[in-house]
Amino acid sequence: MAERQLHLTVGSRFENVELVQAAIDEAIAERGANDDARHWVGLAVREAVANAIKHGNRQDPGKRVEVDLTIDGGEIDIRVEDQGEGFDPENVRDPLAEENRFRSNGRGIFYMRRFMDDVSYESTPGGGTVVRMRKRIAPRAEGTQER
Amino acid sequence: MKIEKRERNGVTILELEGKITIGKGDVVLRDAVQQLLSAGVTKMLIHLGKVTTIDSSGVGELVSAFTTVTNRGGKLKLVNLPPKVNDILQITQLITVFEVFDNEDEALASF
Repeated sequence: MAERQLHLTVGSRFENVELVQAAIDEAIAERGANDDARHWVGLAVREAVANAIKHGNRQDPGKRVEVDLTIDGGEIDIRVEDQGEGFDPENVRDPLAEENRFRSNGRGIFYMRRFMDDVSYESTPGGGTVVRMRKRIAPRAEGTQER
Repeated sequence: MKIEKRERNGVTILELEGKITIGKGDVVLRDAVQQLLSAGVTKMLIHLGKVTTIDSSGVGELVSAFTTVTNRGGKLKLVNLPPKVNDILQITQLITVFEVFDNEDEALASF
């Protein structure tokens, strides 16, 4: 059985990025994730939820973002689902390419892939997008305290 | 995010504190840089020492501020990057785009 599960449904407002990150941070901190893991997982979550709101739901207040967190055996599994019109991860620009270096956007997915061990996309039957991100966390050793 | 503005040696220093993230800090930063440009300021130093989190929108806003100021013949430089902000700029190879300094005096002397 999974050690810890969390489900959140939020509206398509950027303020909710903060809320989702705080909830997931609390859950993974409880499971002993260290400060570094909390920071980078938190950023990946922010990027995924912001993408769902901005590019998926196009900030439509009538559309929701569903977030699921499962922590099982030291592995964090996060699923972020939007109600948008689909997304092709193959069509994402490479932010490291010279011609994209000075663009003001297009780095979110790149960061997610750097911060997590695995990031994958799938479409929902309704046409939306689910991003699934996984990362193994090294729990703090028993009796030690994170700075 | 909070921004404190001060001036030293003809350079306007924007001291950022908190999160430069989507829908909040990114907008505050954009407005602050636009206001300075409208007032004719061309030398800007962004002090990042008290920034706790930066996301891709915040990074995009820094890049955008840099290109806007540079295109107008001005200079925008960064100082006091916390390690995690430094990491974020490193992994997207932006650390070489910006002029980055460890302390304010060195940064000011470079303008």
